[in-house]
Amino acid sequence: MHHEGSIFSILAVFSLLSILAVGGGTAVLPEMKKLTTEEHHWLTQDDFRDVYSIGQIAPGPNMLMVILIGYKVAGVPGGLVAFFGFFAPCALIAWGTSRVWDHFESNPWRLSVQRGMAPLVVGLMIAGIIAIGRTAILGWETIVLAVLVFVTLFYGGKRINPAYLVLMGAVAGMIFLR
Amino acid sequence: MSKSRKTLTVYGAVSASVEEVSAHETAALRAKRVPYWEIFWTFLVIGATSFGGGVVAYLRNSLVSQKSWLDDEQFMAALEISQALPGLNATNMAVIVGDRLRGPMGAALGFLGMTLPGATLVFILGFVYGKNPHNTYINAALKGVGAASVGLLSAVTLQIGHKQMEHILDLGIVVVTIYLVSFAHVSLLIVLLTVGPVAILLYRPRPSLEFKAGDQGTDRKPAD
Repeated sequence: MHHEGSIFSILAVFSLLSILAVGGGTAVLPEMKKLTTEEHHWLTQDDFRDVYSIGQIAPGPNMLMVILIGYKVAGVPGGLVAFFGFFAPCALIAWGTSRVWDHFESNPWRLSVQRGMAPLVVGLMIAGIIAIGRTAILGWETIVLAVLVFVTLFYGGKRINPAYLVLMGAVAGMIFLR
Repeated sequence: MSKSRKTLTVYGAVSASVEEVSAHETAALRAKRVPYWEIFWTFLVIGATSFGGGVVAYLRNSLVSQKSWLDDEQFMAALEISQALPGLNATNMAVIVGDRLRGPMGAALGFLGMTLPGATLVFILGFVYGKNPHNTYINAALKGVGAASVGLLSAVTLQIGHKQMEHILDLGIVVVTIYLVSFAHVSLLIVLLTVGPVAILLYRPRPSLEFKAGDQGTDRKPAD
């Protein structure tokens, strides 16, 4: 399914998401899901959950799973274009802005932007959780699993490495969700 | 400053002089020019070991505690830039710190080091997944990870977001944003261009509006 022109669609979708990722990776999930599953039909909702889960297993920046969406649409070139499309524009913005940042240091609006954007970003992140939840919460087993992980992390504090809980989720899935 | 005087100075002055020294050391390190391979290698290690989201703690441990490329204040300043801009903390920080150390080449190497290990593993796992579309065990494991991720994301979001649940104004912005994105399915661009300016205007600079110290320097992209 190597469509003509799909490389450009991948580039357009992911570079747009890159620039819109004001609240980071989770905040851009609903838009990514909408664009890739509903508008372009590159993958199903279940595919999206699986691909997101694969991304959760890998180390480093979240959202490296965009590579797999690109790969599914247009092979290795698609994967590379999705990767650079999603990670390069915001990296270039960060690179350019950090060099002129000091000019804004004393601007009183800087704090207003920070303060006003904080709740917006929290709202976007919760929307991201809802987007993943709609595909990942499939019945009581998944609810129990999500609640267990939440309680362990939220009340267990920083002593627990989330990676163990992700792996525990994989094992629990193999036992209870077959 | 003589040794005897230093021991007698009050805590604030001592910590100020310690800060001077560490700022000096960072400048000296930069003057020494951190080799390209070391920038690449350091971010490669962070990129390969930071599992489960939340790269910031790994970054601080490596860049501030182990390498002393930045002091805490410089780290928080870089993090503030990274948070304010679009994109993931992990790659934004790699680019900003790499650039501070060795210019554009340092930024590029930091970026590649940060993303290479995870990207490779994602690709391998994705390949295995793609070759076994009907494997019950793989599919079940991914369903489990998906459910666990919902719990994980909820915990980290609540940990940083609970401040936004306390003030009625913040809570209003949170609820409106969730409604627009998740239920009205308004596009993210429109949400950012409408809710964003309104939220910033609500917090416009006013003499009466005091900012708490805790509002700055917290990790607002915790799952990245």
